[in-house]
Amino acid sequence: MEKGLSITTEFTSGLQILFNNIKKHKVLLPETEEPWTLGLLLFWIKDNLLVDKDKCDLFMKGNTVRPGIIVAINDQDWELLGDLKYKIKNNDNITFISTLHGG
Amino acid sequence: MNGINNDEEISRLSAEIALLKVELNKKTALLKKKQKHCLTKLDINRYSRQMILPEIGVEGQKKLKTSSVLIIGVGGLGCPSSMYLASAGVGTIGLVDYDEVELSNLHRQLLHAQCNVGMRKVDSGKLSLNRMNEDVNIIVHDVQLDGHNSLDIFKQYDVIIDASDNLVTRYIINDTCVKAGKPLVSGSAIHCDGQLTVYNYKGSVCFRCLHPKPQSPETVGNCASAGVLGPVPGVIGVLQAMETIKIIIDHPNVLHNSLLLYDGGDCEFKKIKLTNVKRSGCICTKNPEDITINMDYEEFCGSKANDKFKVLNLLKENERITVLDLIELVSKKQPFLMIDVRKKVEYDMCHLPFSINIQLNDLKNKDTRSKLIKDINSFGNITPNLITICRRGNDSQRAVDELRKYTEITNNVKWIKDVVGGLYEWSMQVDNDFPMY
Repeated sequence: MEKGLSITTEFTSGLQILFNNIKKHKVLLPETEEPWTLGLLLFWIKDNLLVDKDKCDLFMKGNTVRPGIIVAINDQDWELLGDLKYKIKNNDNITFISTLHGG
Repeated sequence: MNGINNDEEISRLSAEIALLKVELNKKTALLKKKQKHCLTKLDINRYSRQMILPEIGVEGQKKLKTSSVLIIGVGGLGCPSSMYLASAGVGTIGLVDYDEVELSNLHRQLLHAQCNVGMRKVDSGKLSLNRMNEDVNIIVHDVQLDGHNSLDIFKQYDVIIDASDNLVTRYIINDTCVKAGKPLVSGSAIHCDGQLTVYNYKGSVCFRCLHPKPQSPETVGNCASAGVLGPVPGVIGVLQAMETIKIIIDHPNVLHNSLLLYDGGDCEFKKIKLTNVKRSGCICTKNPEDITINMDYEEFCGSKANDKFKVLNLLKENERITVLDLIELVSKKQPFLMIDVRKKVEYDMCHLPFSINIQLNDLKNKDTRSKLIKDINSFGNITPNLITICRRGNDSQRAVDELRKYTEITNNVKWIKDVVGGLYEWSMQVDNDFPMY
């Protein structure tokens, strides 16, 4: 059995453009001493999934996501679950949604 | 003798008829007023298919008939939502838009006919909606919505539909709905993606709870540059009509504290459960009397209250050429290499015959630049000029900025400049047959 956490990250509503136009990424987070939180995951995504590091500000601002991105953990707004402090569990689905304003 | 009698009779009858006409108009108006609150035989006939649903019934149909809905934006979302609401028998529909119908609207804004290009969108909308249902009272508001006019308009309606196309207007709509206590059915669409939320309904969160800080303008896409497939706003606009009907008839399952995502590319719907707790200090936690809608929304968002093109001034005037300069260079057969920095799909749609295509982002790529240097060297002993062009003259400035970073390029050309106003100006001033998009 593999150690670490197996999760799915999803980038939707246009955000996938920053991730090689791939929406769903099945990823294995390596085993660490500290528990994986969403805050840590953001930096892991930046280092491991984000294609063009110059465009990091289209994904993050400071230690969190930039304004206009909604994060959902298993289809629930992360604000319901402690946002950056949320402890990631095996098989979690974490979706990043870019808010749209066109019409 | 008979002639005189006849004349008198004619004038007497005319006077009587005039009086009867006044009486008739009065009674017709009174009847219409009374009928506003009940259903006529024609109504029952017309709306029978939806009235059969227990959710609607006679009561629901009466509610629809006496209700009023305001739709902000008669575009990709406002067209389908207004069509379904007018057809469902909503008594009064208000339309807000400051714009005219353009040819590039027609693929998704189905309320506007081709023959109405150039017409005010609200007028074109009213015309089409009344053609579908002459009983619906369509009120037009031919204005750009702002913090000064919004409240007076919103007060007249029961439900507000956000079918706008920009962030500034979305904040104005939200704040006004919170102050006026109106439910807000918010939709958006771009590319192949759509989103739907109902805010400020039965104690639910508002747009500001979700978006306390506006996102920076460079992260906001619009239909003009990112593109949009017609059925996507179609789907979202129809869903907005559906949620609006549910609010009017007091349906128990209105989309509540949720965000619905539609991914047209994958044909997938996803519902995200949102927090039901208002953000502390948010505008919606204040007493309505204490809410003011007079902030500078454009400054707050760092963008304008429309999705129109914004001019960038990155280069100095002498670092740029006009389309007329370009024509002169062409006619004098001056040696230059022109790079069209738009996306490939746009280049394929239309381009100048003497241009090559390298997308702005690809200029960073070393292999792409080596190929470009080969193209420059193909001029032989002559040192050419390098000209960049794009759709409207913003990305071409960014391209000049990028190209100047590389000495292997700057050393091999006389100068690098871009074309002010890009292909749009070319179409306006030089070649009217060149497509404008």
